[in-house]
Amino acid sequence: MRLVLEKRQEASDLMAYASPLIAVAITFAFSAIVFAAMGKPVGASLFTYFIEPLTDLNSLQELAVKATPLVLIAVGLSLCYISNNWNIGAEGQYVMGAVFGSGVALAAQGTMSGPHVLAAMLAAGILGGMLWGALPALLKVRFGASEILTSLMLVYVAEKVLDYLVRGPWRDPKGYNFPQSVAFDTTVPVLFESGRLHLGSVIALGVVIAAFVLVGRTLKGFELQVVGQAPRAARFAGFSPARATLFVFAVSGGLAGLAGIIEVAGPIGQLQPSISPGYGFTAIIVAFLGRLNPIGCLIAGLLLALTYIGGENAQIVLKLPLDLTKVIQGFLLFAVLACDSLILYRPRLIAGGSHGGTAHGAH
Amino acid sequence: MGLIEAILITVITASTPLLIAAIGELVTERSGVLNLGVEGMMLMGAVTGFVTGYSTGSVVLGAIAGIVAGMAMAALFAFLVLGIVVNQVASGLALTILGIGLSGLIGANYTGLRLEQKPPAIFGALADLPYAGKLLFSHDFFVYAAFALVILVAWFLTRTRAGLTLRAVGESHTSAHALGVPVRRLRLYAILFGGACAGLAGAHLSLAYTPFWVTGMTAGRGWIALAIVVFASWLPWRAMAGAYLFGGVTIAQLQVQGFGLGIPSQLMSSLPYLATIVVLVIISRTRTGSSAPAHLGVPFWPDR
Repeated sequence: MRLVLEKRQEASDLMAYASPLIAVAITFAFSAIVFAAMGKPVGASLFTYFIEPLTDLNSLQELAVKATPLVLIAVGLSLCYISNNWNIGAEGQYVMGAVFGSGVALAAQGTMSGPHVLAAMLAAGILGGMLWGALPALLKVRFGASEILTSLMLVYVAEKVLDYLVRGPWRDPKGYNFPQSVAFDTTVPVLFESGRLHLGSVIALGVVIAAFVLVGRTLKGFELQVVGQAPRAARFAGFSPARATLFVFAVSGGLAGLAGIIEVAGPIGQLQPSISPGYGFTAIIVAFLGRLNPIGCLIAGLLLALTYIGGENAQIVLKLPLDLTKVIQGFLLFAVLACDSLILYRPRLIAGGSHGGTAHGAH
Repeated sequence: MGLIEAILITVITASTPLLIAAIGELVTERSGVLNLGVEGMMLMGAVTGFVTGYSTGSVVLGAIAGIVAGMAMAALFAFLVLGIVVNQVASGLALTILGIGLSGLIGANYTGLRLEQKPPAIFGALADLPYAGKLLFSHDFFVYAAFALVILVAWFLTRTRAGLTLRAVGESHTSAHALGVPVRRLRLYAILFGGACAGLAGAHLSLAYTPFWVTGMTAGRGWIALAIVVFASWLPWRAMAGAYLFGGVTIAQLQVQGFGLGIPSQLMSSLPYLATIVVLVIISRTRTGSSAPAHLGVPFWPDR
């Protein structure tokens, strides 16, 4: 018996919807095995990880809070990936957005506050992420340098910049030498009296809808897809791949930067050395699980947020290590990618022996 | 002589993991497969190597365990890209993300422990020779393994039939397939070799370079190794030059930090990453045409 893939005549619509669901189911099964291997009660662990966070209003709000940066970043990354631009430096763009936005917040600190300061902060955050995202795009377009490597390298540089600022010029003088800025006067307002759900989640929803319209209903969206899937056709149609690269990096950088300043001016409330549990990288998983579709990213973002909160719960209740969350997230991406090949190929089990032409090289 | 010699020795130590990882990835890429999971494979090699080395008290066993862990990760990648034709870039990213998480999980109980054993210096007896004796012969076996790998890979790729076939597969898998070359089997070997090297490189970090385990200790070295392959134009000897260039930058910034010239330490420690970007730009700009394997990153499925 061996497994053989047969190319489908055309991509399977059914599998396009089913593959993420199958991947999630496989990941649940994998998690159960890992819990059992670590000597934890499987049922209770699964409940703590994936169900309990959904059972009360407060943790539902937390879910939205955690999903907000993931969705914002993943929507931008989807635009990159459908146009075959590999931005993997969203974490750095997120950090630079937080830095730029915090610069405005600290400049206005004690003298001005109000909605216009918040708007300026968010705008500065978008600008910061955009600039950081434009760098690898420019280097790719102008010099042909691999955007994969340059965007990733800039993550490390951004983290050093943040570290320098919070330990140096922006450190709170009354902060007992802790490496953190003062608590911002102007913050992202929360939506309800109790809980931490904030305006950022509403912004993220707006971004999802805008991106959905952009991709599905505009010429620009069509251009991005053609550039990604059929570069030759794109050239004949007069679509410039360079322009597409700059556009998607600017948008995804801007969105990551927006996520950064929303997080710092929202749930965190000040600038500190660690402002992300790897949102920029987890958003890559969100983008693929959401099948590079804005609505899909929204759903996938909520699911990945669930693993963050479930992981924190499981650490407290079951003494499960926090790194387990990253393993589950990483496995999920594997499962998603593996299941996605069901869309283009039909798996078949063939009983032993060689079978005509397909046998060659298939083992 | 004393100070310069000491600095050169630290440059060699810092360059070794970059060189080992880069030479492995170079072979993988020559077969037409782009594996972006080097960072994840290195981390798995580092943690497995340390745990084994700490438990058994043997650095050599640790290094072997690191190699095995790197190969296991590479096998997972090979299943995705060769077995079920998944996009190579996405699969490589998945490998790195999984490796970061899994290595953190495995190493959680080993953080803060220090390895007492030193890796054996296989030419230690010669280190007392006058002049360059210490510089040439005082290193641990990782360093000589790295040199040996460069020589072997250079010889393999240019002087052996299998090496030429491997390159043919990387240049055009359709032509190679038509000639009856087992494209996927060769690529599997190349991917596993890359994983073994990345695992060994990681093991060097946790067993010899530091020697302890801390989460995410590769700090981007896997990605720098990928950049070195580009810098090297896919040629083994140039990969050695690249690894020493980046190792030199790393040590130089540490030395400058040590002098404390009032330059923010964060600026200095971001230099290796900035240098990577600058080098990538220069090399991509000055190259006429592309020296990358023509089918690098292109998925392959034998229809007939």
